[in-house]
Amino acid sequence: MAEPWEDDELEGPVRKFMYVNRRAPYGTIYALESLEVVLIAAAFEQDVTLVFMDDGVYQIKKEQNTEAIGVKNFSPTYRALEGYDVEKLYVEKESLESRGLTTEDLVVPVQVVNKDQLAELMEEQEVILSF
Amino acid sequence: MKLSILVNEGPYQHQSADTAIQFTKAALERGHEIFRVFFYHDGVNNGTRFAVPPQDDRNITEQWTALAKEHDLDLVICIAAAQRRGILDENEAKRQGKDGHNMADGFRISGLGQLIEAGIQADRLVIFGD
Repeated sequence: MAEPWEDDELEGPVRKFMYVNRRAPYGTIYALESLEVVLIAAAFEQDVTLVFMDDGVYQIKKEQNTEAIGVKNFSPTYRALEGYDVEKLYVEKESLESRGLTTEDLVVPVQVVNKDQLAELMEEQEVILSF
Repeated sequence: MKLSILVNEGPYQHQSADTAIQFTKAALERGHEIFRVFFYHDGVNNGTRFAVPPQDDRNITEQWTALAKEHDLDLVICIAAAQRRGILDENEAKRQGKDGHNMADGFRISGLGQLIEAGIQADRLVIFGD
């Protein structure tokens, strides 16, 4: 990230940021551009939590093949998050189960929480970005 | 209160582009401070001066330009999202070898770090979009 327009790290307080991914990885650009925010944000050393819920759980589904739709499969990038110290990944239990998925189907290790636990987690945040 | 605004949808396509500027105006009228307005996703399209909406319709970009002038607002367009969608300022047009630039007065192009800073510095980050 050595491009001239990127910002240097900032002085300031550490805040609790939560990124809520609610949409399928393809079909709209929200998932990809959300991931771009998370990767840039990692340089700011904030307290980052990622949530996958609703169709957002498909973003981290294993074995994505986008060849037929002619767009890039960006799911391997989620595996790089650990290297950016983004390690708090949560998946909403109801979203996972209603789509017939288990954590075995996901490309990254996650904590599964139910919607009430997720609500509590959200309550603790200072900035929530939902994509 | 110190507020930051995030605009995630494009003008005319989506109500949230209108709501964002209406909210920003209302917040300023009530004496709140706007730390920054950040445009992301299709929201970057709010910053093109090449849009020509029908004369009997509102011009959202001109409204932002006027509001920025009046209140010295910091209107920031995300460079990554803007490049995908063809929103360029003069420098970017030159850098990318494009034959024109379309960013409206009062806006500037910068990185996503400006969004994170907006989240850190403001009391509240208010988001407009789906």
